[in-house]
Amino acid sequence: MTVTGNPLQPTLFELSRPGRGAGTRLPAPPADALARLPASARRAVPPALPELNEATLVRHYVNLSHLNWSVDTGFYPLGSCTMKYNPKVNEWAARLPGFAALHPLAPDETAQGTLELLWRLEQDLAEISGMDAVTLQPAAGAQGELTGILMVRAYHRARGDAARTDVLVPDSAHGTNPATASMAGFRTVNIPSAADGGVDLDAFRAALGPTTAAVMITNPSTLGLFETRVVELLEMVHAVGALAYMDGANLNAMLGHFRPGAAGFDVMHFNVHKTFSTPHGGGGPGAGPVGVLSHLAPFLPEPLVLREPDGAFRLERAGERPTSIGRMRSFVGNVGILVRAYAYIRAHGPDGLREVSDDAVLAANYLKHRLAGAYVVPFERPCMHEFVASSTALKAATGVRTLDVAKRLIDKGFHPPTIYFPLTVDEALLIEPTETESLETLDAFVDAMLDIAREAHDDPELVKSAPHTAPVRRLDEATAARQPNLRWRAEPADDPPA
Amino acid sequence: MAYGPHTAGERGRMLEALGIASVDALFEAIPPAVRASGLDLAPALTELELMEHLEGLAGQNRIDLASFLGAGVYRHHLPPVVDQLLLRGELYTAYTPYQPEISQGTLQTIYEYQSLLAELTGMDVVSASHYDGAAATAEAALMTCRATGREHVLVSRGVHPHYRETFETYFAGANLTFAEIPLLAGGPAAGTTDLAALERMLADPEHPVAGVVAGHPSVLGLLEPMEEIGRLAHAAGALFVAVVEPVGLAVLAPPAAYGADIAAGEGQSLGMPPQYGGPYLGIVACREALIRQIPGRLIGMTADLEGRRAFVMTLRAREQDIRRERAASNICTNQALCALAASIYVAALGPGGLHDVAATGAARAAELEAALATAGAPRLHRGAYLNEFAVRVPDAVAVHRRLLGAGILAGIPLAELEPGDPSLAEGLLVCATEVTTPAEIRRFAAALAAELSAPPEAVR
Repeated sequence: MTVTGNPLQPTLFELSRPGRGAGTRLPAPPADALARLPASARRAVPPALPELNEATLVRHYVNLSHLNWSVDTGFYPLGSCTMKYNPKVNEWAARLPGFAALHPLAPDETAQGTLELLWRLEQDLAEISGMDAVTLQPAAGAQGELTGILMVRAYHRARGDAARTDVLVPDSAHGTNPATASMAGFRTVNIPSAADGGVDLDAFRAALGPTTAAVMITNPSTLGLFETRVVELLEMVHAVGALAYMDGANLNAMLGHFRPGAAGFDVMHFNVHKTFSTPHGGGGPGAGPVGVLSHLAPFLPEPLVLREPDGAFRLERAGERPTSIGRMRSFVGNVGILVRAYAYIRAHGPDGLREVSDDAVLAANYLKHRLAGAYVVPFERPCMHEFVASSTALKAATGVRTLDVAKRLIDKGFHPPTIYFPLTVDEALLIEPTETESLETLDAFVDAMLDIAREAHDDPELVKSAPHTAPVRRLDEATAARQPNLRWRAEPADDPPA
Repeated sequence: MAYGPHTAGERGRMLEALGIASVDALFEAIPPAVRASGLDLAPALTELELMEHLEGLAGQNRIDLASFLGAGVYRHHLPPVVDQLLLRGELYTAYTPYQPEISQGTLQTIYEYQSLLAELTGMDVVSASHYDGAAATAEAALMTCRATGREHVLVSRGVHPHYRETFETYFAGANLTFAEIPLLAGGPAAGTTDLAALERMLADPEHPVAGVVAGHPSVLGLLEPMEEIGRLAHAAGALFVAVVEPVGLAVLAPPAAYGADIAAGEGQSLGMPPQYGGPYLGIVACREALIRQIPGRLIGMTADLEGRRAFVMTLRAREQDIRRERAASNICTNQALCALAASIYVAALGPGGLHDVAATGAARAAELEAALATAGAPRLHRGAYLNEFAVRVPDAVAVHRRLLGAGILAGIPLAELEPGDPSLAEGLLVCATEVTTPAEIRRFAAALAAELSAPPEAVR
């Protein structure tokens, strides 16, 4: 790897100068402040951290922010990730000093405001999902999945049923599903999808049995399709004594239209950064509450938020519910994120939440309708909040692949959709417009996609070498993996990779 | 209140293009038997009503108390520049940098985070972030099992109880086992990890040990004999995991210096408010030799086709979206914005500023120790501490409750944090940081002195 030219933005370390920006934020500590510590416990050499004045620091991050695409910048149809607008009032709410400054071990009587908010959120999520009880503790969707599957494990064991070793997962599932099953000590059995993209009931029937602990179903599926055979599937699963887990990643498609618990799913997680607009943060933090029907409630992680008969709120005490699977993390959960989700739910109310799903589904179907023809749309029936298109025909005709289409979209002023996922569709583009994009944006995106299809025929090299206008061109990912450089070192030349 | 843009006319145009009369036609795939007819929720609030409602809730929390509460979460001075930069929409409304050409901002900030934490810990590899200190510690312990092929981990009881409980949950799922190393009940090293017990546990032929986990400082605030713990672990072929607090690393020896193979911990103290439990920052860092075992995202430096320096997600074959059931972890969304907060905080303070935060906290804690001892509450242990320690207070739970009435949040009773340990029953765990004022310390000491000198009846 040969690096040439100036970097887009120097690192913090390159901007540092000895003595710059020192000593303005805090009074100096007493000179002997650390004298009572044994010398062996003290740091021998100060850490080589950067020294910057505040203006340099601010420009550094503002310049870096200019190198990013974001929802606040423009259209971000990243399928499965639900890049909807993040309302500013939610950021204000999380920063209210009463919420932000509260210590997680503060006695219950000093935390009544936050506890009430969390209790109300538990109730709201239970209503939205049709579940009987909700834990807010998991820190992200994947941790919610692990929480749910560990509860499944505890449920079977509590019944003396230790023979259930398998978790059935459709091949279109998010990678987190099989990875979760492994973390919870189960064997993943991958089930192929039916030709129409839905669950294959025959394949499930063949795999279900006395060793099945659970099936994990994403509904709507990662193809953006509602599982029309969900009632039959749930019956089959329950008939063999297994439980049904619903991956709630796509719950934003069906608020007020489908309540998984009421339909018979035993357990599900919510991705609040998808459905309830909490910001994606460049990759988190999220929160992954989990809802369960009553037969799984004894196993919920601790602590739950409880309301006493006198109306006061409190946290469950350690060990108060011995059937609990235990803790998934420290304290209650990602409360600052949950405040934002609560604000979003209250701002919408029941009709507003249903309208969120209505508009998301309408926009997705509109895009799908307009793109059909120029791109292969493998599943013609109405989609939910997202849909899969494919570049197979374009590739056969021009050599231009989905990756190239995605990179060319960058030149056209759009974030690309999710690509090559789900794994079940060749050259997949998973497109999710969300409910917060205007008709003119949707139309402009279609125009860009159609333009690219034309360019692929007229000038395929233009598309294959895209992006041309982004801050950088395509990257050398092979060298990055072969000779990993994962941290700044003052003299990289002296430190060859292992 | 709606955040969507569509007018009735625009919805009509989309419906018309689709050849349907109502959006309900798009939901016909939902079988009628399981179709919902709306939700029973409180009606929508306008922005004004919402803000009044939330201000009302926030106002019910008591944040006006003189607080000496730490136990893994610490109040610090937050330079306003940290939060103002976090509010850049280009940073906080982006997602995982799947398209590196238009994500160089996020990618470089994470690379810088990895580099800053590598400096603080002395480690080679730092993951892009985990959920919190507890989940990070559990993931670090799982790493030791993958790396050694062994299935048993030893955890000091000096590690935060929430972390140990999280461990228990994760380990039960993975069909792995762990045991707790006791703390010394008495003597000059009381409260620290019992090295003789550790040595015995490491020698158990039935349970070859994958990793030994100890906190430094411990949950009791004590500095642990980390070099000795590491030496014993390594002699038994086990890896050594240090659970660290990053502000302290500005003045304490880094984990690499005392032989740790993995450093894990809670990064909240680097620029994140307490916010009743999160979002925080799980730190996992390791030596180069363990690079294929570390879970979570890693950002590497590379170049683009024209040779321009750039950053990209790398070593992705460890991750769930590629490796599925054989992944190192199921983690997907992490705590990237919290890692960014930590980077901005560290860069805003610089090495001198971070040193001063740690040193001022240590000085205030020493003042607190002296004031509480004068008030009749001496330390429970004798070992060295940085800025948190336990004091002995008869009937600590009741005294703690009565001090609350006087506007003082007197740390946390160890009987509540560690109910299983009778030697800690009279302990009150207190901490000081650079934002603890001498006036607050005087108030605490005076109120405690009054409690301890007055007969219980008189106090009521």
